[in-house]
Amino acid sequence: MKHALTVRNIVVGALLIFLALVPIYAQTTGNIFLMTLFTRIVILAIAAVSLNLIMGFGGMVSFGHAAYLGIAGYAVGILAHEGIGSGFIQWPVALIACALFALVTGALSLRTRGVYFIMITLAFAQMIYYVGVSLDRYGADDGLTIYRRSDFAGLINLSNKTVFYYVCFVCLMGTCYLVWRIVNSRFGLVIQGARSNERRMRAIGFPTYRYRLTCYIIAGVLCGLSGILLANHTDFISPATMHWTRSGDLIVMAVLGGMGSVLGPVIGAVALLVLEEWLPHAISVVGEFVTGKPVVAAKEYWALILGPMLLLVVLFARGGIDGLLEKIRRG
Amino acid sequence: MADTLLAVEGITKRFGGVLASDAITMSVPKGELHAIIGPNGAGKTTLIGQLTGEITPNSGRIMFTGEDITGLPTHQRSMMGLARSFQITSLFQDFTALDNVALAVQAHAGHSFHFWRNARREEALRAPARAALERVGLSHRANTVIASMSHGEQRQLEIAMALATDPHMLLLDEPMAGMGPEESARMVKTLLDLKKQYTILLIEHDMEAVFALADRISVLVYGRVIATGLPDEIRANADVRQAYLGEQEAVAING
Repeated sequence: MKHALTVRNIVVGALLIFLALVPIYAQTTGNIFLMTLFTRIVILAIAAVSLNLIMGFGGMVSFGHAAYLGIAGYAVGILAHEGIGSGFIQWPVALIACALFALVTGALSLRTRGVYFIMITLAFAQMIYYVGVSLDRYGADDGLTIYRRSDFAGLINLSNKTVFYYVCFVCLMGTCYLVWRIVNSRFGLVIQGARSNERRMRAIGFPTYRYRLTCYIIAGVLCGLSGILLANHTDFISPATMHWTRSGDLIVMAVLGGMGSVLGPVIGAVALLVLEEWLPHAISVVGEFVTGKPVVAAKEYWALILGPMLLLVVLFARGGIDGLLEKIRRG
Repeated sequence: MADTLLAVEGITKRFGGVLASDAITMSVPKGELHAIIGPNGAGKTTLIGQLTGEITPNSGRIMFTGEDITGLPTHQRSMMGLARSFQITSLFQDFTALDNVALAVQAHAGHSFHFWRNARREEALRAPARAALERVGLSHRANTVIASMSHGEQRQLEIAMALATDPHMLLLDEPMAGMGPEESARMVKTLLDLKKQYTILLIEHDMEAVFALADRISVLVYGRVIATGLPDEIRANADVRQAYLGEQEAVAING
């Protein structure tokens, strides 16, 4: 039943094939913008998938997940700024920094539940945001330009757009596969059990706290990978990367795409970011058609359309877009 | 007593001005089915909370297999072989029956820091889980998601969850709660079977079931044990009839 050619599997398969072919399409049409957009989408999809590991599967709704984008980004940026350009140093340092931040904040946050957990994760992310703002040596508010992308001793050239895209794509696929393995492993079942009924988990003998904390750290490290790629993609890091609205975007991606599956957030990331780009155009085209003259101001109001769309998904499709696709099969 | 499995020694628990447990002392020898009865608000839930470690008593201590477990967290008590079922069905709703029970097996099969292998394909977890389902007569429902199981089946599954942890003792918190006569009869049958193998502490409202199953009965009223004894002694005890059973039920039991 699981391997059947359902509508959902076909759509998801088509999406993945499309993602794999973006550079080829961009090269043949010369559409650099599409390439840049989808590199960003693939990178943020990694962050959304990592968030969904704790949020969708673990029931830990973190409102500070963008902190890891910033921490990893600053690790790369600061090391580059100080003359250490090697990816073999930058990447591990960035991931370890994320793991440590997750360990400390998770150890405290996971003692709370529900809305308190949401608030405390937000508070930690805000703290690290203001740490970024106060880093005078590294650009403070204005951010830090990264003049050279991570260097892998000539093995991989991240400055090549196509190579970089495929590095991101492989990282996304690797992350999804890893999360999928974790979710179905003993560890993953414990995490999902703790989301579903923590009291029962303790009663049957699980010390849930240490499993939840481990899961929280894994998610932080995976999001760190996304942060490393994002900093390399934009050649720039600033506190804005870890603004709380970015954490909100990641939650929206997971909810919109569907929290029930590993690939749901990938669908969500594509949907949200494509809509974000496309809606302003659509609005101005429709506006021009209706009023007969260019309506520049209307472009600003794309969120007015995205908002209700999101509301509809939350209200009527609890499993997100992925859940909707699943339902088509059942008729 | 050398063969005492569970001994409660004068535990007291206050919630503000309410004395929910008032110096409760009782012991359950190995192999016994001990029932606790009492009217609503007698402190049965508080007592079971203290036995499982969800509530810490203000004073007194709890001994299990000769060790003081008063300060142990819930999961360690489970590791020692003290298993419980819940009064309000408390299962993993989006898992299948077999998944639920396998998770209980997994809790007692070493640590769960295994991130790679598919746990649903591990025979070492699935086989004992299937055995536990068989024990409560739910084999045919193994792959059914909890949400689509009947109330009675879910109650049976509650028991299977406790069995899967390979316990020395079962704490059963109102296993017949909300059941019809037919389902209750099936549960009594299951418990009669389990009684041969396990020491059981049974908290139950269904008097017919209690008197059919229990070796000994303790009566809890306002946080105090007012009587402990054989079923016949409890039936005949004037205090119990006065304080708890009431005229109508006393007639029913004797009749």
